[in-house]
Amino acid sequence: MTLLATESLTKTYGGRVTALADLTVSVEPGIIGLVGANGAGKSTLIKILLGLLAPTSGRVSVLGLDPTTDPAAVRARVGYMPEHDALPPDLTAAELVTHLGRMSGLPRTVARERASEALRHVGLHEERHRAVGGYSTGMKQRVKLAQALVHDPDLLLLDEPTNGLDPAGRDAMLALIHRIGTEFGISVVVCSHLLGEVERICDTLVAIDGGRLLRADRVAAMTSATDVLAVEVSEGTDDLAARLAGLGLPVSREGRLLLVPLADDATYDQILGAVAELDLPLHRLDQRRHRVAELFATREPSHA
Amino acid sequence: MPEPTGVIHDIGYQRYTGPRLGRRHVFGALYLHGLRTAFGLGRSAKAKIFPWLVMGIVLVVAAGLTAVRTQLGEVVMTYAQFADTMSWLVIFFVAVVAPELVSRDLLSGVLPLYFSRPLPRGDYALAKLGALATALWLLLGAPQLLMFLGAAFTTDDGMRGVWNELGDLLPGLLYAALWAVVFASIGLLIASLTGKRAFAAGGIVAVFLMTAPIVGILSIMPSRTVNELAMLGSPTALVHAVGQYTLGDLLVPGGQGEDQIGGFGPVYLAVAVLLVAGCVALLLMRYRKVAAR
Repeated sequence: MTLLATESLTKTYGGRVTALADLTVSVEPGIIGLVGANGAGKSTLIKILLGLLAPTSGRVSVLGLDPTTDPAAVRARVGYMPEHDALPPDLTAAELVTHLGRMSGLPRTVARERASEALRHVGLHEERHRAVGGYSTGMKQRVKLAQALVHDPDLLLLDEPTNGLDPAGRDAMLALIHRIGTEFGISVVVCSHLLGEVERICDTLVAIDGGRLLRADRVAAMTSATDVLAVEVSEGTDDLAARLAGLGLPVSREGRLLLVPLADDATYDQILGAVAELDLPLHRLDQRRHRVAELFATREPSHA
Repeated sequence: MPEPTGVIHDIGYQRYTGPRLGRRHVFGALYLHGLRTAFGLGRSAKAKIFPWLVMGIVLVVAAGLTAVRTQLGEVVMTYAQFADTMSWLVIFFVAVVAPELVSRDLLSGVLPLYFSRPLPRGDYALAKLGALATALWLLLGAPQLLMFLGAAFTTDDGMRGVWNELGDLLPGLLYAALWAVVFASIGLLIASLTGKRAFAAGGIVAVFLMTAPIVGILSIMPSRTVNELAMLGSPTALVHAVGQYTLGDLLVPGGQGEDQIGGFGPVYLAVAVLLVAGCVALLLMRYRKVAAR
C-alpha cells in the first residue's frame, strides 16, 4: 500500500510565491523523513496532506484517500503535531489531550483513558495533572505528540518535533518517534531542516528544496551502494595508493586515510593482499557509511 | 537478588478499534465545552468569578422584583423589560466571555490542533457561537424563570393566572433569545479578530456603547423618518426596536412603541436578521482564513 503519493503537486500563493512546484513523490509506510531548509515547502505540503490548503494543481493522496475532496476522512486517520506553540497554558495536559481526543470523535470515557495512555507513552504520566503553562519545552513537545496520538491514527505528521530541544531532549524525542514507527505500527512523517537528525531514525527520506523534489528513496538504498573502506597505514601510504590504483581500484586520499569504494567482499581481500605484499603496518581498515548529507551534496551541490 | 515485586508492566501500545463518533457528536462536545467555559466550569476559580457574579446580580434583581410584586402587588417590569434593563450587564458579560471562548484559542495557537481533526472548520465557530448565545440566553432567561415561579405560586386566579403568567413569560424568553443571538454573533466576531483578550473586550464594549450616541443624534434630527429609523444606529437599540415591533405592549406599556419606530417595524426586523446573518458569515470566513494559515 502506498502511504502518501503526490502527482505534479503545485501550490502557488497569489500566483507569485511558489511553495511547491511539480512535486511528484510516492512513499511506502514506515518512518519518513521530510527534509529541506526553512521555507522549502515542508509545512505547505503537510497542510495540503491534511486538506487545510487546496493545491493549485496536481493530485495528492494520503492513505489512499484524497484530502482535497474528503478531508474529514483523511484527518480522522492522521495525527498532526504542529511546529509552533499550540498549548493553552491554563489547562492540564490530561484535560487538553482528553478534549482533543473527543474532538477526534472518541467517546468521553474512551477519550479520558486514551489521553492518559498517550501521555504515558510519551513519558508524561506523573505530570499530566499539572497546568501545561509550567511545563518545559521538552514536556510541551511531548504533550503535542500525545495529542496527535490520542485517537490512534494510522499516520503521524510531525512538523519539526525536535524544535527548541537540547541535545538530550532531541535524542529522547527521536527515540520516541522511532519507537512509535516501529513498535506502535503507526507510520510517521517527520519534517526537519536537520538531515543528520532524521536520517538516524527514518527508513525513507524525501528531500525538497524550493518546493521541488531533490530526492526520495529508502535510506538503505542511498547508503549501501556507496559505502567506502577507510584504510590507514603507519607508513608507505603513497606506495599503497599506487599499488591499489594498479589493481584498478578508484582510490582517493583524505589526510592520512585512503578511501576505497566498497564494491563487494573481494575489495577487502584486495586491500589486505596489497598491504601484506608491501609489508606495511596496517593501522586500521574499516567500513565507513556515507552520511546521507554527502549524497545530497554530491548530487545537488548548491542545496546541501 | 530477589525478584522485585510490584513491577509496572509496560503493556505496550494499544490500537483503538472502538467506535468513532460522527460530526454531530463532536459538534455537541465542543458546544458543551464552550458553554461550560462561558461559566468557568472545569476552569480555575478565578475564571468562575465574573460569570457567576453577573449571574448573581441578575438573579438578585429578579428575586427583588418578585418580592416587590408578591408583597406590594406592583409589577415593576415585565419579563421582556427585564431583558432590556439588564442589557448593559449582557454587554459586559459578552465582553468577558467571548474573548474567553475564542481569543484564548487564537493566542495559544491551539487552533491547528482543532483544524487537523475531522471537524469542519465552520463547526468550530458555530459551536462557540451557539455556546455564547446559550450562555447569554440562560443569563437573561434564568431570572425570568425565577420571576415566573414567584408570580405563579402567588397568583390569586388559580391555574388561569398561571397560564396568563406563562403567556407573558414565553415572549420574554424569545426576546431574551433575540438579545442572545444578536449580542453573541457581534461579540464573537469581534473577539475572533484578535488573540489579545483585553483588546477583544475593549472592542466589544466600544461597539456596543459607542454606537449609542449615534441613536441619540439621529433621534433629534429634524426629520420624522430619520427619527423613526434612529434605532438602527446601535445593536442595543436595534434589538429594543425589534422588541417594540414584535412584542408591543409587553415591552412598552401604553402603546408608545408606534411613536418611536413608526411603521418601520419590519425594517428593524429585517436589519436584525441581516446583521446576525452577516456576522455569522464573516465569522465563518474568518475561520476559513485562520485554518489555512
